[in-house]
Amino acid sequence: MSRTVTIEPVTRIEGHARITLQLGESGEVEDAKFHLTQFRGFEKFCEGRPYREMPALTARTCGICPVSHLLASNKACDHLLSVSIPPTGEKLRRIMNLAQLTQSHALSFFHLSSPDLLLGWDADPSVRNIFGVMRQEPALAKDGIRLRQIGQTIIETLGGKKIHPTWVVPGGVSEALTREKRDAMLGLIPEGLEIAKRTYAFFKTLVPRFTDEANHFGSQPTLFLSLVTPRGNLEHYDGFLRIKDAQGRIVEDMVPPIEYERLVGEAVEDFSYMKFPYYKPHGYPGGIYRVGPLARLNNAEACGTPYADVALAEFRMLQETGPITSSFHYHYARLVEIIYALEMMDRLLRDPGILDARVRARARSNRYEGIGVAEAPRGTLMHHYRIDDEGLINWVNLIIATGHNNLAMNQSIRQVADAYVDGNHLQEGMLNRVEAVIRCFDPCLSCASHAFGQMPLSIELRDAAGRIVDTLRRG
Amino acid sequence: MPPPANQPNIRVVTLNIDGQDLSAREDETIIEVCRENQIPIPSLCYLEGLSVWGACRLCLVELAGQNRLLAACSTRVAEGMRIQTNTERLQRYRRTIVELLFAERNHVCSVCVSNGHCELQWLAQRCGVDHVRVPYRQASYQVDSSHEMFRLDHDRCVLCTRCVRVCDEIEGAHTWDVMGRGSDCRVITDMAQPWGDSETCTSCGKCVQVCPTGALVKQGTSVGEMVKDQHFLPILARRRHTI
Repeated sequence: MSRTVTIEPVTRIEGHARITLQLGESGEVEDAKFHLTQFRGFEKFCEGRPYREMPALTARTCGICPVSHLLASNKACDHLLSVSIPPTGEKLRRIMNLAQLTQSHALSFFHLSSPDLLLGWDADPSVRNIFGVMRQEPALAKDGIRLRQIGQTIIETLGGKKIHPTWVVPGGVSEALTREKRDAMLGLIPEGLEIAKRTYAFFKTLVPRFTDEANHFGSQPTLFLSLVTPRGNLEHYDGFLRIKDAQGRIVEDMVPPIEYERLVGEAVEDFSYMKFPYYKPHGYPGGIYRVGPLARLNNAEACGTPYADVALAEFRMLQETGPITSSFHYHYARLVEIIYALEMMDRLLRDPGILDARVRARARSNRYEGIGVAEAPRGTLMHHYRIDDEGLINWVNLIIATGHNNLAMNQSIRQVADAYVDGNHLQEGMLNRVEAVIRCFDPCLSCASHAFGQMPLSIELRDAAGRIVDTLRRG
Repeated sequence: MPPPANQPNIRVVTLNIDGQDLSAREDETIIEVCRENQIPIPSLCYLEGLSVWGACRLCLVELAGQNRLLAACSTRVAEGMRIQTNTERLQRYRRTIVELLFAERNHVCSVCVSNGHCELQWLAQRCGVDHVRVPYRQASYQVDSSHEMFRLDHDRCVLCTRCVRVCDEIEGAHTWDVMGRGSDCRVITDMAQPWGDSETCTSCGKCVQVCPTGALVKQGTSVGEMVKDQHFLPILARRRHTI
C-alpha cells in the first residue's frame, strides 16, 4: 500500500514549509519533497517603484536578516549609481553585516537547533524547544540569548534600529560613526567572543555523538558556492564568486558577482513556490550546489582572524580529505563564523579611519542595470534590478540564499528519510530528524517567522485511496 | 491666510474652547485661536500662510447648540461660542477619516522617504490608528520621476492641495492643479503632462516643502531622509500682504 507522510508545518525554521514523504508498498521511502507553501511576490510588486526605495522594500522580505537584503540591495543601487563608496562607508557596512551574521547564527544554533542537539532527536516535543534548553542547560541558553543581543545591539548602535534599520543607503551609509558609539560596540565584543569560544569548545565535545547523523544528514556530494576575497579567503560583503566541487577542485574562481547569470540558472517545480537554482554548466538538476556557512568555509583558504583560523583548521579535520560534505556540519561552520565575525568586527572598529566623516557617495542613476551580491547568514544573496530613464524599477530578480540550497535540501531530506524513516513503525523522532536536516540549512522561508518550539505539527499517513491510516499530532 | 496688519474696526469677541474662556479677534478662525492658545487640533489641508481649503475635515469641532460639526479652519469665531475640540465623537470621526486616507492609496510608511517626518503618520499615531478597519483599495498609481530635482508619488498623496495653493498663491506659477473626480481625483502638473516636461514649473520646491506626506519629495532621498521645512511660508505670506 502506497502512503504519503506529510510533515506540516516544518517547525523551528524561519517561514512556512511542508515535507512530504511518499512511502512504497513495504514502507520504504520512495520520494521526499520539501515544499515552500507561501508566496510573497516581491519581484513583481517592486516594479514601478523608485530604485532608492528598494533597500527598505526588499529588507521587508525578512525580519531575521533584514541587514543582508539591505546590503545586497544597496550594492545593486551603488551599481546603478556607478559609484565606488567611500572606504569608511564600506567598513561600516561590513560591521553591520557581521553583527547580523552573529545574531542570526546565534538564533539558528541556540534557539532553533540546540534543542535537538542537547535534548535529543527523540525527546518529547513538548520539551524539545528553547524553553527545554533553558531548563536543562540554563547557562547555554543564556549565552545564546546574550550573543544574539550583542549582534542586535551593534546593529541598533549603527543603524538606530535592531530590525529594519535604514542607515545603509545607496552610495554608503547615511551617518558617520561617533567615538562614543564605536567605544560602546568595542565594549561588547570581548563578552561576545568569550561566549562564542565557550560554545564552540562545548559543541566540539558534542560532535562525536552525532557521527551517525553526520553521515546521513545531507552528506551527498554537491558543489559549493560563495564569495571569497581576491586572495581566496572568507568574505561576507564583497569579493568574487568561487565554486568548488565535492573533491575540493575549484570549478569557477574569481568570477565578478555581476556575472552571476553565467553561473546560476533558475528552474521551477510545481510542488514549491521556491525556485530551484542550479549551476548552469552542469544543467538541471545536475548542477546542485550549496551555499551558506558550510560552503563559505569549504571555499575559503583561510578566515584571516586568529582564533577563527584555528577553528577552521579543526573544522577541516572533521573529514579526512576534501571539503566537508555533511550538511550536519553547517552547525559547526556557523560557530566558526560567529568567532570570525566578532574578531573581524573588533578589527574593523579599531581601524584608524573608522570615524572618518566621509561615508557616502552621492550620485544619480548612471546605468540601467544594477547587481548586488553579498553573503547573508544563510548564503549568497543576489539582487538584480533594471530601471528606466526616470529611475523607476521595471524588472527585479532576487536569488535568496535559501533558494540556492533548495535542490540540496530536497536531496538531504530524501537521504535522511531513507536512513531513519520506517513507514511501518512511524515515530515522531524519525520525522524530527527529517525536519532537523532542514534546520541544518537554517532556511529563511518567509524570512519573518519568530516561531519555534511548540508550533503545531500534524502528520498523516494515508493509503493509496486517500484514507487516513495513522495520525501523529503535537503542539 | 493671515489677516492684514493694522486693520481698523476689528472687534474682540469672547468664547469658550474646551472649558477655557478666551478672547479673539472677530476675523480669526477657530483653528487660529486654538493654535494661538496651544489647544491641539489636528489638520491636514490647513497650513498657515495658504488660503483655507476645508477639505480634510480633520479639524472638525463641536459647537454648543448645534448638531452639525464645523471645520475649525473655515469657521470664524463669534461672540459667546462654546466649542469642544476633542470629544469622543470627534475622536471617532478623525480616526475614521485617517483610516480612509490610508485605505484609499498605498501609504506604506516603512519604505517611504518621509517615514518619521510625515504629517499623516503623526496624525495616525495621534488618532490611535493601529490598524485600518476598511478594506484597502489597492489601486495602482504611477510614480512621476521625470523632474530633475523632485518626484511625485500619487500613492502617498492625500489630495490636501497644499501644493496647488502654494504654487498659485505664493510662487504665482500655478503649475499644479487637480483633475478627475472621486477616487480618480489626482494632482497634475500643467495639462496633465509629466512634471519634467512642465513649462510653468520654476523648480522652486515650495510644493515639496508644504506637502504633508511623501507624495512630493526631493530626488536622491532614501527612506526616512525627506525632512520638510515649512518655515518660509508664513514669512513669504506676510510679505505678500504688506506689499
